[in-house]
Amino acid sequence: MFAEWQFIALFVLLAPILPGAPIIINRLLGPHKPNYIKQQTYECGIETVGDTWVQFKVQYYIYALVFVIFDIEAVFLFPIAAAFGQLGVFAIGATVLFVFLLADGLAYAWSRGVLEWV
Amino acid sequence: MEFVTPTINILIVLPVLLVAGGGALLMLLELFMAEERVKQWAPTLAIIVLALAFLQTIGLWGQTHTTFTPEGSSPMVILDNFATFLNVIFLLTGFFTVLISVNYLPRVGLNRSEYYMLMLFSLSGMMLMGMANDLILVFLALEVLSIPLYILAGLSRPRPESEESAMKYFFLGAFSSAIFVFGIALTYGATGSTALPAVLAGVSNGGALALAGVAMMLVGFGFKVAAAPFHMWTPDVYEGAPTVVTAFMSVGAKVGGFAAMLRVFVSAFGSLGQTWVPAVAVIAAITLIIGNVVAIVQPNIKRMLAYSSIAHAGYILMAVAASVNSPDGVSAALFYMFAYLFTNLGAFAIAIAAERKLGEGVMLDDYKGLAKRSPLLALAMAYFMLSLTGIPPTGGFSGKFFVFRATLEAGLVWLAVVGVITSVVSGYYYLRVVYLMYMYDGEGELHTKPALLTAVALTVLATLVLGLLPGAWYEITKQAALQGLQVLAGG
Repeated sequence: MFAEWQFIALFVLLAPILPGAPIIINRLLGPHKPNYIKQQTYECGIETVGDTWVQFKVQYYIYALVFVIFDIEAVFLFPIAAAFGQLGVFAIGATVLFVFLLADGLAYAWSRGVLEWV
Repeated sequence: MEFVTPTINILIVLPVLLVAGGGALLMLLELFMAEERVKQWAPTLAIIVLALAFLQTIGLWGQTHTTFTPEGSSPMVILDNFATFLNVIFLLTGFFTVLISVNYLPRVGLNRSEYYMLMLFSLSGMMLMGMANDLILVFLALEVLSIPLYILAGLSRPRPESEESAMKYFFLGAFSSAIFVFGIALTYGATGSTALPAVLAGVSNGGALALAGVAMMLVGFGFKVAAAPFHMWTPDVYEGAPTVVTAFMSVGAKVGGFAAMLRVFVSAFGSLGQTWVPAVAVIAAITLIIGNVVAIVQPNIKRMLAYSSIAHAGYILMAVAASVNSPDGVSAALFYMFAYLFTNLGAFAIAIAAERKLGEGVMLDDYKGLAKRSPLLALAMAYFMLSLTGIPPTGGFSGKFFVFRATLEAGLVWLAVVGVITSVVSGYYYLRVVYLMYMYDGEGELHTKPALLTAVALTVLATLVLGLLPGAWYEITKQAALQGLQVLAGG
């Protein structure tokens, strides 16, 4: 029984080393010459304005929820796409129904005005 | 790679599909119709959907089918008399909930078109609970049952009580679901399968792993049916949720939990009976004592009925504990739930008639003088209270009689004694409502519309029939229980 777990033990040992080693090696070997410009927060090249701890609009959570609809859809459509050649009419019908139900959810959200930016 | 479609017989799951499809249809209607018209038609549509599903369910009585059978495995869905009988209970619950909601929701300003849609979705989950033949499907049904209920509990947003109710229900429900899934995982580890026949075959050799799985699933079910010591959420959630939702939860969610619990524990874990029966018996005794004793001091009718529903979970748990060693256990539980459905929904219907505004008129003192204001409603309420106490000739008495008999047959004499004593205790708080209604004077209007009165009349009639002619109905539950167990034992 323990033989099956040896890989897990090995993995637990290796997992912190792989990402940790480059960081430590970088510290030891790389030159270290900080200046003001280098210490700035880098996002996309433009200088940052104000504090980074800003409040986001709570409305974003609805986008996250609606996104989940498409996420689930994509996850379940992948295996269907992979097996498409062997699927019968019934399975295709079930897939169409599944997509329809998800679209129903999206249409409901739309009719409730969730997609309007306020 | 080869893809094999599982064998599917749509006819078997048609009642569930009708109910869930009705919900999806209501969701779609909003796209094509004005919201006001959707609200106007939603109750009618819900009744039609429930009636169609009911006819289909009745037509399946006496038949046994399995469906959704993956290649080389056992079926995911089973439809036997056990499942059909429970489906009848769920559909009737839905029917009465619609009747008591139609006028209540607009009156208290909660007429949201999502109400009936969420109720139908939750009902479809409840129906799947009784039909599940695989632990994964049990979990799926449990979530389909629960998630709409979390939203329904918070329906009267932004009222703080309702939001508190929804949050508490959601968090404790999520925790209990997690524990339940952990139990399924451990059972899978012990038996190598989640299919109930395979679990039945492997669970006695599963050792400590299987026992831990059984224990965690017991905790999960305990939360869902509100058994002590997992009952803490019940009073707050029942009090804060809109009263119609409380009525729906107190019957639907509880019977749904017991539906899956009976099938999983009595059949799949039946061979471990000597281990879990004492645990369930002790939980039943604690539930009976806590539910009945704490209900005495509740000044609010919704909290009182919440503790009363905890107590009734205890009586049904007695039958569950009896079901391994007595052939009458499962049928007693089914009969008890059938009688509880009518009595409890009837009592809630009158509580709704007496509720003046949202959350007003729900104290026991508001029932003072009800007999003078509306003699018939007071008589009906008194009858429901007698039935909940278990005084003949009521369905509640017949249910308790069958449960106590099964408990004695199973040799759990001490548990039957606890049951009888706590029943006597329960008389105090149930009969106090009768006392307040008849012996005092009080003010307050009653909202009695035809739909609500129909619900009250039908539930009184059903409670009376179950009280006067229990034998014929017990034979039906007996068929439901026997067939269910035979199929399960045979795998």
